[in-house]
Amino acid sequence: MLMYVVRRLLQAIPVFLGTTFLIYFMVFSMPGDPVLALFGDKTPNPAVLEAVRAQYNLDQPFFVQYLLYLKNLLTGNLGVTFSGQEVSEVFARAFPVTLKLVVMAVVIEFLLAVIIGLISGLRKGGIIDNTNLVVALVLSSVPPFVALFLAQYFIGIKLGWAPVTVGANATWGAMFLPALVIALTIYVTGMRLMRGSVIEAQNADYVRTASAKGLTRGRIVGVHVARNSLIPVITNTAASFGALIAGTTVTEGIFNIPGIGKVLFDAITRGENATVVTFVTILTIMYVIVNILVDLLYAVLDPRIRYV
Amino acid sequence: MKISKSVLGGVTVATASALVLVGCSSSGSETDTSASTDGSASTGDAIIITNGSEPQNPLIPVATNETGGGKIVDALWAGLVYYDGDGAAHNEVAESITSDDSQTFTVTLKEGWTFTDGTPVLAHNFVDAWNWGADLANAELAYNSYFFEQIEGFSWDESVPEMSGLEVVDDLTFTITLANANAEFPLSLGYSAFYPMPDSFLEAEDKAAWGAAPVGNGIYTLADAADWQHDVQIELGVNPDYMGERELANDGLKIVFYATQDAAYADLLAGNVDVIDGIPDSAIATFETDLGDRAVNQPAAIFQSFTIPERLEHFSGEEGNLRRQALSMSINRDEITDVIYQGTRTPASDFTSPVISGWSDSVPGSEVLEYNPEKAAELWAEADAINAWTGTFQLGYNADGGHQTWVDAVVNSIKNTLGIEAEGAPYPTFAEFRTDISNGVIETAFRTGWQADYPSLENFLGPLYYTGAGSNDGDYSSEAFDTLIDEGRTASDPETAIEKFQEAQEVLFQDLPAIPLWYSNVTGGYAETVSNVVFDWHSVPLFYEITKN
Repeated sequence: MLMYVVRRLLQAIPVFLGTTFLIYFMVFSMPGDPVLALFGDKTPNPAVLEAVRAQYNLDQPFFVQYLLYLKNLLTGNLGVTFSGQEVSEVFARAFPVTLKLVVMAVVIEFLLAVIIGLISGLRKGGIIDNTNLVVALVLSSVPPFVALFLAQYFIGIKLGWAPVTVGANATWGAMFLPALVIALTIYVTGMRLMRGSVIEAQNADYVRTASAKGLTRGRIVGVHVARNSLIPVITNTAASFGALIAGTTVTEGIFNIPGIGKVLFDAITRGENATVVTFVTILTIMYVIVNILVDLLYAVLDPRIRYV
Repeated sequence: MKISKSVLGGVTVATASALVLVGCSSSGSETDTSASTDGSASTGDAIIITNGSEPQNPLIPVATNETGGGKIVDALWAGLVYYDGDGAAHNEVAESITSDDSQTFTVTLKEGWTFTDGTPVLAHNFVDAWNWGADLANAELAYNSYFFEQIEGFSWDESVPEMSGLEVVDDLTFTITLANANAEFPLSLGYSAFYPMPDSFLEAEDKAAWGAAPVGNGIYTLADAADWQHDVQIELGVNPDYMGERELANDGLKIVFYATQDAAYADLLAGNVDVIDGIPDSAIATFETDLGDRAVNQPAAIFQSFTIPERLEHFSGEEGNLRRQALSMSINRDEITDVIYQGTRTPASDFTSPVISGWSDSVPGSEVLEYNPEKAAELWAEADAINAWTGTFQLGYNADGGHQTWVDAVVNSIKNTLGIEAEGAPYPTFAEFRTDISNGVIETAFRTGWQADYPSLENFLGPLYYTGAGSNDGDYSSEAFDTLIDEGRTASDPETAIEKFQEAQEVLFQDLPAIPLWYSNVTGGYAETVSNVVFDWHSVPLFYEITKN
């Protein structure tokens, strides 16, 4: 078990180097000069351009820039933004906000997927199952940003049931509406997975054995059917966790949530290499860690899976 | 110690209340009086909430060249002069600015001004701040150093710690000598690059860090660096020691940083924000019905055009001149501004902006801006007689700025009127677009825009079309134009200056280095929670005048 974890962590090192290099390379080869863009329609004097470029090592060739960046990264210096703030501070401020939003969305998604999937699976072909299918189809075909705008307009502005934007007030309550909308637009995959495995599990030998032993229906469903059906749903949820953390830009823009997505978007449009690369690197590391955790969770859920 | 503190506190409260009372007596608002009598001004509840964005640079005036930081810097500082809603300049910290020859100016300061850290505003706070901003050694922060270009001793080639053109006479007097006479120079002194800086800044080792907790002398103050929640919002309190003549009608300003204009607009509709100075594209068609008389839609000091460099084939000499006129006359500006922009752009009638004093819609030659398809086709045919047209007319733009719609409309207008191939030439990003323009390698006509730094005709002309000027993207050069600009700059009175600048525009109308399109309007709106909202010449609401209902 320990060996497995160590091996997986070691594998993360080339992933980390590869990602930083790729991202750095891509940001570097974005056409246009970020320093020039800082000045809008007014072309600054060449002397000013040179000074600003030198400040951010932008006058160095690509490899020198990349190595300087790695050196700083390994010595714990994540660089500064154009406004002179430490990138690490910016991240530390934005990350908890995004994490709150995503955790809430993922928990809601997971619960919806498991509960609805379980009921549908147990009553396959029934009225609940069919209604469910229709609702799921509708929800998953609405683009998330449309759903977010509609929710903001009707629930936020018209009915006044939820804050219209989040801003400084980044509490669990203020972010419930966006989290719920995100969950509603993505729970369908997990729900269908759950439903499928529940139907399959009901015909499995161990379930028949359990009924033959005379166990109660509740115990059969709770311990034998549901638990064994969770594996694909958990994989799916973990994957969406990673995708959501990196993909909250649209949600954060609409609800003005001061999280990773908003900051990252600003940094990309500004060409702030240090911020972009650092953020993406940290997100990659987290993605890797979440995946390791999920793999370990399998062993807990399915005793047949062993790690050596 | 304790006693003296509370006594001082009392004095502060009294001053603050007096200020607020003065503000109210003129604006006639009664609600504010009651708010201010119960305690110190900074804790009053008439806080104006508006939209903004996280400053891109440290909050140092000379380092701030974008609107997110500019809005805050202008609230925190007071300069030698300030601009009122109509763009007219009035003395603020300056008692007087005088000159005999438009080249050497003597500035005397009013006595008693202080920064919010208690230190006085003296002549050296201006002179040292300007010298710091102009010094090439500080170019990595001082993005606005080009403002000091005109001062004698300024250099783009070497570090000059002290410009020879600035001299402190005594605590309240200093002189400015320009390299060349410019009668309009005092007009520019209200721009943020010319704000005074306190000793704490001038002595600071790490200027960028100082910019995280700035100290100014303006109407508002950042009482505590913690009131600035990065990427979220900034809360400004009232500066009780402000002693200018602009009268404050509220108890503070909160600027919320929005990721998108849509989010700000949603908050305005819900009543969570009082004033916004931008309407998202998605609401352009509906905002005037949504907001009624609380919608703002007026011309701004922003001029939009497209530039045709002379080096392009077919666009030089007599042939080029005819083609430029033909292109200009083949664009239906009224229809485009109406259909695409729902009237949030105003068709251009010159090279400046209607909010600038001296503006005229009938500069001789401005007929070329009228839609006249027959004349356009005729002129184009005349040009063809000199040298037959080949190829496609292309108009370059950056695709990340929402320009595609109007570019397509303009090239279609040209295509239909002149019967030639015309198309837009998009660049993926603004950065890439500007890089090609600055390097002079763009092979098409391209969109150009200009927002004035200070309310003057000259600011729309000199920086853009003077030979060798910084933003002369089309590399235009005309001796007649340069001479008229020089004459306007050295004119002894504003009327003569305006006359000269208008004559300079006549030259532009003949040569058409750029084809004027329209003036951007400032669009915005306010909630029922506030009144007395006026947007100034610079498209920013005059926050200090706004009252909370």
